[in-house]
Amino acid sequence: MPDFTSADDLLRLCRERGWTLSTAMREREIELFDQDRHSVDNRMAATLAVMQDAVREGLHSRARGMGGLIGGEAALLNARVAESLSGRTVARAAAYALGVLEVNAAMGRIVAAPTAGASGVIPGVLFSLDEDNRFSGDRLRDALFAAAAVGYLFMRNATVSGARGGCQAEVGVASAMAAAAVELMDGAVGQCLDASSFAIVNILGLVCDPVCGLVEEPCQKRNALGASNALLAADMALAGIKSVVDLDGGIAAMMRVADALSEDLRETGRGGVAAVAGCGACSRCVSQAT
Amino acid sequence: MESISAFDVIGPVMIGPSSSHTAGAVRIALLARKIVHTDIARADIILYGSFAATYAGHGTDRALVAGLLGFQPDDPRIRDAFAWADRAGLAYGITTGEAAGGMHPNTVDIALLRSGGNVTRVRGVSTGGGAAAIVAIDGAAMDLTGEFPTILVKQRDEPGVAAHLTRCLADAGINIASMNIHREGRGKTAFTVVETDQRIDPGLLGLLRDYPSILDVNLIE
Repeated sequence: MPDFTSADDLLRLCRERGWTLSTAMREREIELFDQDRHSVDNRMAATLAVMQDAVREGLHSRARGMGGLIGGEAALLNARVAESLSGRTVARAAAYALGVLEVNAAMGRIVAAPTAGASGVIPGVLFSLDEDNRFSGDRLRDALFAAAAVGYLFMRNATVSGARGGCQAEVGVASAMAAAAVELMDGAVGQCLDASSFAIVNILGLVCDPVCGLVEEPCQKRNALGASNALLAADMALAGIKSVVDLDGGIAAMMRVADALSEDLRETGRGGVAAVAGCGACSRCVSQAT
Repeated sequence: MESISAFDVIGPVMIGPSSSHTAGAVRIALLARKIVHTDIARADIILYGSFAATYAGHGTDRALVAGLLGFQPDDPRIRDAFAWADRAGLAYGITTGEAAGGMHPNTVDIALLRSGGNVTRVRGVSTGGGAAAIVAIDGAAMDLTGEFPTILVKQRDEPGVAAHLTRCLADAGINIASMNIHREGRGKTAFTVVETDQRIDPGLLGLLRDYPSILDVNLIE
């Protein structure tokens, strides 16, 4: 039975069978949910297409978010990718991530990955890498299975809810999932999991403090952070650097931090940036309108 | 524990900005629409808790109207749901209310006026990740998620209804996953919620309805 409940399990399964992360997740899906390979692949390809549309729309859309806090940032950053300080791949990934959050805030169509609030990270990383490498469509689709394997472990063994774990559980987990895209660069399974571990460990403690309680600020910029963090984590893993804790350890550490986070910093809109910006920041705020 | 699918992690595909405040709201209204299952002339919506505080910025109001129109959570028309409602002849009113103690933070009451004239009152909650539940119909508490094929029966609280339902389902070879009876009080109107393992042929509804105490039967999937 190709099921796994920890990163350790997953690594063992992949080594025994000579599988990649994406193969392990696909086989699990087929077996556990009684699906055929074709329909599972097609569904993931359709999901990837929604992500790609959101990236495209985000770069060109001029719509403001429903709360009026964001809109147009992706186009601004994208315009200076060529001379960016952080490098083209990172700046482009960040621009794409900003754009997907604009689409989300303007009631456009996105893929929650793992949540709507973190929906920019994975498309940002995948489609920026694709600009440089021009992968075949199948490989990007498979990278989503690899990302899903990591996200599943967080969902099963910790949380992906901002209200439970703060932004580390949303953008942090998305970043760890995107880091598993190391598989696209032909990284070994161990390197993929190390990359995910770097990504979550480096973002531990990130709080969820949405201004006016809306998925706009600072969520949008945190998605840019999540994308760049994933690429840096992937680079470290591909360079052969080892993480101080494995991915299971990173997941456990995230949950410990979640338990220690004040409720003010878990999607209540009461702490952090939300508290400083105040409610007047939002043009559509209900308490202002009434 | 229910196994987590790759598409629970990379998904759902949805209209933003919030799985709980937007996609979950669509889901509540879709369930409400199925409960009424005839043309809705007017919907009066009361938002509570976090729904009341942030609905404009999350498009919760548009999402609820969209669901009443039958739009799915990934339908791009959700953003323009008010215009679609005008076109469809669905009147709606949206207000906020003071949350009572113990109420789920994302709760909404919807009073649905059928074209025929009678009103059904539904209370829904958005339970996270785009999932939703109906927790009361006309004051009778329940927990209806529509995640399984579900039969909703409205009945007078009299003996024999459960026996009639189980006999019909057994004859049709349908296995019952859960069955719960909810009532406002003894001898008043009651609801039976039956979740089944197999999909239910709409043709079976006529047989299920054929019992004196049963007022209405409909299918929610």
